[in-house]
Amino acid sequence: MAVTTAGQTSSQEAAKASFLYRPEVRAVIYQLILLAGIVAFFWYIISNTIINLRRLGIASGFEFMSRTASFDISQTLIPYSAGSTYFTAFMVGLWNTVLVSVIGIVLATILGFIMGIARLSSNWLIARIGTIFVEVLRNIPLLLLLLFMYFAVLKSDLLPQVRNARELWFGSYISNRGINLPAPIFEPGFGYVMLAAILGLALAVGIGIWARRRRLLTGQPFPAFWVGVAVTVAIPLVVAVLMGRPMSFDYPVKGTFNFTGGFVLSPEFLALLAGLSVYTASFIAEAVRAGILAVSKGQKEAAAALGLAPNQALRLVVLPQAARVMIPPLTSNYLSLTKNSSLALAIAYPDLVAVTGTMLNNTGQAVEIILLTMAVYLTLSLLTSLLMNWFNARIALVER
Amino acid sequence: MKSIKIVGLAALVALGGATGALAQAKTLEAVKARGTLLCGVGPAAPGFSNPDDKGNWVGFDVDYCRALAVAIFNDPAKVTFKPLTSKERFTALQSGEVDLLSRTTTWTMSRDSSLGLTFAGTMFYDGQGFMVKKSLGVKAAKELNGASICLQTGTTTELNVSDFFRTNKITYKPVLFEKSDEVTAAYDSGRCDAITNDRSGLASDQVKLKAPADSVLLPDIISKEPLGPVVRQGDSQFFTVTKWVYFALLNAEELGVTSANADEMAKSTNPEIKRLLGTEGDFGKGIGIANDWALQIVKKVGNYAEIYDRNFGAKSPVQIARGANELWTKGGLQYAPPIR
Repeated sequence: MAVTTAGQTSSQEAAKASFLYRPEVRAVIYQLILLAGIVAFFWYIISNTIINLRRLGIASGFEFMSRTASFDISQTLIPYSAGSTYFTAFMVGLWNTVLVSVIGIVLATILGFIMGIARLSSNWLIARIGTIFVEVLRNIPLLLLLLFMYFAVLKSDLLPQVRNARELWFGSYISNRGINLPAPIFEPGFGYVMLAAILGLALAVGIGIWARRRRLLTGQPFPAFWVGVAVTVAIPLVVAVLMGRPMSFDYPVKGTFNFTGGFVLSPEFLALLAGLSVYTASFIAEAVRAGILAVSKGQKEAAAALGLAPNQALRLVVLPQAARVMIPPLTSNYLSLTKNSSLALAIAYPDLVAVTGTMLNNTGQAVEIILLTMAVYLTLSLLTSLLMNWFNARIALVER
Repeated sequence: MKSIKIVGLAALVALGGATGALAQAKTLEAVKARGTLLCGVGPAAPGFSNPDDKGNWVGFDVDYCRALAVAIFNDPAKVTFKPLTSKERFTALQSGEVDLLSRTTTWTMSRDSSLGLTFAGTMFYDGQGFMVKKSLGVKAAKELNGASICLQTGTTTELNVSDFFRTNKITYKPVLFEKSDEVTAAYDSGRCDAITNDRSGLASDQVKLKAPADSVLLPDIISKEPLGPVVRQGDSQFFTVTKWVYFALLNAEELGVTSANADEMAKSTNPEIKRLLGTEGDFGKGIGIANDWALQIVKKVGNYAEIYDRNFGAKSPVQIARGANELWTKGGLQYAPPIR
């Protein structure tokens, strides 16, 4: 009762108070002041930059993006030559960063899960291997790890010189210039094989849905995964044979200095990929371990009581619940991997930072180029976050 | 690592209100007030700039900065050397992190225009070449079709090699590193067939190899590389001092003034020598430094020939023949305007 009286009094007072004293007006005013402050801050920085650049006689603007780059890049996923524009060079660097990040994320996740689960294994040796992996790798600075991966392997006699390259299977070679693989050449008729592959994949998904429904209805298990894999592989294979194998290979051939033909996985790419993957995997392993430990022991015991085998219990009961705890730290690790890929220049991989470094030096437009580079990393990170948040929301516990 | 440093330097350009203004207008005054010259040098280039076993910086580019410090402070020790990679150097100079660059920097038109810099002269005439292992049996650069070539990023080297291979319609695979130490390490391991760099740079790279005698410089010179000290545009006083310190070194050599005989030469009756050593006229005062500047430079650092011999002569680890860097009177390109 007393409370109601007090409330009434204050609202009466507010009604009587002047316009400026009303809380909702105040809130808007504070927001406006903050906004003006932020705008003034950025206006100051931008105008100051422009004035400074002009005073120092440094060119500014983005016109340079359409000029000829006239430098070469060793790994290009899109058509590029020294006659291309700076913009194309920038895109080459961007795709190289995306390539190593995406493959790195996949490898780090697989390795991280294996090691995280291994650490919790009841097998003494496997658990120790997991512990050593995590404790050694996450405690070495990444740059040193990369330099080790690259120079130690290059300098050791583990890999033969290119002249004595060791032949692997299917006409591929390994040497200290990388792994040379045969490049597939697609001939007319390959479109049907692609179509068959898509069909196979769709069929596999269909089998998966059917098997799940059947299991929920009757409790009968069905090896949907392996049947799906078989279907996805077999259908395009059969079509390929029927079409008279519409694909041939361009095999690497030893030239004067290097292999010609085929395609090459450079030692720079492999070292960067390996370094980034194992380093990030050591952090992911910890996230996985934390996630699994967060699932109460009773869940595992209940699964055992229901007659599930240990690996079934892990896959069907523990991991789905652990995933809810693991996803947020996993996202951070994916972001770190992408950003850490910018150490590539130390081992000569032409990532975005390496390419923009050359651009920066030839044009002298440090402010513009660094802003662009930062914008790219920001976009990549936000995209990763967005995707992971969507995934997180999907698997979140639906409380009833 | 390095990219962080360069982001910082770019931020300095963006935000540097006060320091930027100070750095631009009156560099000479700022240097005097600070009590030390900030000289940007290469991090590891034997012959040009390299710390010796006691940690003192030595080399051709280092000696130039010492000569400049003598002109300003009459003390060759009043220099702070800042090692900069090729990628960092221009931003460091633009942002006022250093007063000048004396680090094997090639004079090009775009650096004079869009980078807002000015070259004080050509201390060293150079050209780009290739170094290969003798065992390859390569005799000319054009035979390098399809080869992997290691080089340093952020230099004119990267552009010249691309031009050369494009012009000759042959291909190569670039392997780009940020530091010259990484370039030589990769070449040593057999990652690439050749290194490309300025020929003087190759001579200093060769010293760093495991077996220097197994490699050889190819005879081809694929570019012009005039190397010299660089300052910011818009400060004509400091520019004049840097330019005339270089000319004084050359004039001293031409007139036969050396560190050994400088004091004696100061008593000479030759008017040219008297003007150089400050016993006649007010030439030093005219550019805002002591009148006996050139005398002190030669006494404390030496003339051009002495500096050259100390760093590239028979007794030094890196040996480069004078070649184009001989005085004009001996058939070379080094030529200084008179002090008059």
